[in-house]
Amino acid sequence: MQFMLLFSRQGKLRLQKWYVPLSDKEKKKITRELVQTVLARKPKMCSFLEWRDLKIVYKRYASLYFCCAIEDQDNELITLEIIHRYVELLDKYFGSVCELDIIFNFEKAYFILDEFLLGGEVQETSKKNVLKAIEQADLLQESPKKTLSPIF
Amino acid sequence: MVVPSLKLQDLIEEIRGAKTQAQEREVIQKECAHIRASFRDGDPVHRHRQLAKLLYVHMLGYPAHFGQMECLKLIASSRFTDKRVGYLGAMLLLDERHDAHLLITNSIKNDLSQGIQPVQGLALCTLSTMGSAEMCRDLAPEVEKLLLQPSPYVRKKAILTAVHMIRKVPELSSVFLPPCAQLLHERHHGILLGTITLITELCERSPAALRHFRKVVPQLVQILRTLVTTGYSTEHSISGVSDPFLQVQILRLLRILGRNHEDSSETMNDLLAQVATNTDTSRNAGNAVLFETVLTIMDIRSAAGLRVLAVNILGRFLLNSDRNIRYVALTSLLRLVQSDHSAVQRHRPTVVECLRETDASLSRRALELSLALVNSSNVRAMMQELQAFLESCPPDLRADCASGILLAAERFAPTKRWHIDTILHVLTTAGTHVRDDAVANLTQLIGGAQELHAYSVRRLYNALAENISQQPLVQVAAWCIGEYGDLLLAGNCEEIEPLQVDEEEVLALLEKVLQSHMSLPATRGYALTALMKLSTRLCGDNKAAILEKMPLVERDGPQADEEAKESKEAAQLSEAAPVPTEPQASQLLDLLDLLDGTSGDVQHPPPLDPSPGGALVHLLDLPCAPPSPAPIPDLKVFEREGVQLNLSFIRPPENPALLLITVTATNFSEGDVTHFICQAAVPKSLQLQLQAPSGNTVPARGGLPITQLFRILNPNKAPLRLKLRLTYNHFHQSVQEIFEVHLQVKGQ
Repeated sequence: MQFMLLFSRQGKLRLQKWYVPLSDKEKKKITRELVQTVLARKPKMCSFLEWRDLKIVYKRYASLYFCCAIEDQDNELITLEIIHRYVELLDKYFGSVCELDIIFNFEKAYFILDEFLLGGEVQETSKKNVLKAIEQADLLQESPKKTLSPIF
Repeated sequence: MVVPSLKLQDLIEEIRGAKTQAQEREVIQKECAHIRASFRDGDPVHRHRQLAKLLYVHMLGYPAHFGQMECLKLIASSRFTDKRVGYLGAMLLLDERHDAHLLITNSIKNDLSQGIQPVQGLALCTLSTMGSAEMCRDLAPEVEKLLLQPSPYVRKKAILTAVHMIRKVPELSSVFLPPCAQLLHERHHGILLGTITLITELCERSPAALRHFRKVVPQLVQILRTLVTTGYSTEHSISGVSDPFLQVQILRLLRILGRNHEDSSETMNDLLAQVATNTDTSRNAGNAVLFETVLTIMDIRSAAGLRVLAVNILGRFLLNSDRNIRYVALTSLLRLVQSDHSAVQRHRPTVVECLRETDASLSRRALELSLALVNSSNVRAMMQELQAFLESCPPDLRADCASGILLAAERFAPTKRWHIDTILHVLTTAGTHVRDDAVANLTQLIGGAQELHAYSVRRLYNALAENISQQPLVQVAAWCIGEYGDLLLAGNCEEIEPLQVDEEEVLALLEKVLQSHMSLPATRGYALTALMKLSTRLCGDNKAAILEKMPLVERDGPQADEEAKESKEAAQLSEAAPVPTEPQASQLLDLLDLLDGTSGDVQHPPPLDPSPGGALVHLLDLPCAPPSPAPIPDLKVFEREGVQLNLSFIRPPENPALLLITVTATNFSEGDVTHFICQAAVPKSLQLQLQAPSGNTVPARGGLPITQLFRILNPNKAPLRLKLRLTYNHFHQSVQEIFEVHLQVKGQ
């Protein structure tokens, strides 16, 4: 995966994870163009589109668009599963997640993503393990004096 | 008095409360000023909160570069809260372009080795997200150590960090290749997944690594088999499919290892068949695995039966109600249509159904695939479908559809008439979207199909009468009417209903085209030329009428200017003889240089060389009305080493300005003549049209000659000069000959 963007139906960015090195200016340009392209899609259209030399996989959950850019040899259908798994993790963590949760707790959204994907690849396929890791990290944040058992 | 800094969530609240963009900007600028001050003062307690706020406004698009150094400080702190935000900041604000990024290398090194797992996790995550080549080189030893540490949590991250490092510094492959064998024995899904990703990366970068890892194919097959046959596992299953992420990754590696390698392909054959048949396809997860399986089957050296199975799976995908599945099916079938053509052909009806998709990205793929599936046996049926599609397809697909149809028609047309009909239909339906050469192609096609002249001109006349807005159609129709107007007026043609058209109607139609505001200048040129040609083909008394119909120059308004332009064009054209665009214009233009541009000189024509007989052939004078002229004898114009060129002449009685020359090339030598091309040029006062030759080869010892028809129009009875250029291969030499033929018209 080259990058993942989360944005609202008004085109406001809620999360941006870049796995390739690009300048701030380039990132802004890509974001702007891609957001426009995806928002212009009609509801009944398929979740895949070709944009520049990348494949874009996107899915709307309530008021949020989850949009991934993958490479030519990547499997589009499994990318849809990646997006879905991420949404499930957010949902479990926040309890029935909505856009506001992600706005007000954007750092947590990043932390959760970073336990699921690493360097653009899937690192953990067990939902349980991802959530346990976040829990441990949150505990460590709150009470640093406590000694932690190894996560697994 | 110290003003407590805003909490992150309060700031977010305030920003969202802003009613206008300007208000938002104000709030943010004010807060950023506070944050800057706080950074300057070096407050360690709230630093993480200040940075978090800064990261939020950064996401909204505001500058945050002054937070970069704060990331470093936070990362170096011993508090986990600080590290968490600091590393996040590093990933968002720092990248390899900034020199500052190298400064975190040391902190990362420390964090990697200090043993608290969440901290190691942060460090590895950051390294794999924004680690530059230098950082990777520096930290490779640390990451290597972590690969075989006890904790799976850290190991799985270390493995994927290694993947990133190899991408940045390919030489590090030698460091990370050895541990893979051992890692492959792990049972932890995260570690397995990371390892397979790592092996994939290594194999993609180095053929040596690829050969090395072929030996793990049996092991991979075993892992996948276990996954597939194991029952449901709450932890890793999605919709009844065991860990689809891991399955897909294994299948992808198998693809790379099995490609171009018989033995490996054979080892995985049974397993692939098993996965292809047993995977639950009711939900996307299963289909994702099935899709990857199909890609692998098609890419390795799989058994024929397995390949057919894979194509059939794609065919089933085409019928799936989920349009995402249909999309990947169409894309994959398009990739396979060349290599597995007959297997894909079996699904042609379903593909054609997909033309009716409402989603343009699907119908586009269906169009590409449909065009690729056209062959000589299905061309009529396919064209019907494609023509129907052309009528209703979205505008951005029109051009591709039109040119696709025309190309397929050219390759597979069963009859010339069908071909002409097809092109006509495309021009009528999507005329504005066809490529420029469509007009030239159609005129050449019609010109070469002598038996269909009457049919073509009639159909085109009807089409033109109905609609004069589609420019390519109008151009072809005008050309055709000009060329074959006599056939149009003659009245009978058995292939379509008899049509009574008189001269007035034809001329009126051409005039309508000339005056229409929709007609492009080129189109007007075609119409004018047609009128000129008709003036020579139709009998005398209409000449005055034609000239009368040209609009007079008037002095008022823009309409008058247009008319003035048109009459000027007409005047210019009649002074210099008409020059229509000929299908073989490019050949003609090349040779015009050879003619030295002397279009008027008739006094002392140079003798013909090397023909023995007379250079001049006397032709009988030709009146306008149609008494039959004396026939012109055949003329041998060229001979060299047994290769001869003869001209024979026909003067059609109804058309005194037209001369048909049949050029015949014969070969009485002992060697074949190959690559024979005859090119011709005439002075500007004449028009020449070359039809396609019967071939390019004249076998030796009187083998089948090549014939080619030249049509010369000479409305002004100018002296006939024909310059010929022959090129061919004979006796292993390439020959080029250039010479002129003069035919003087008697009685001038």
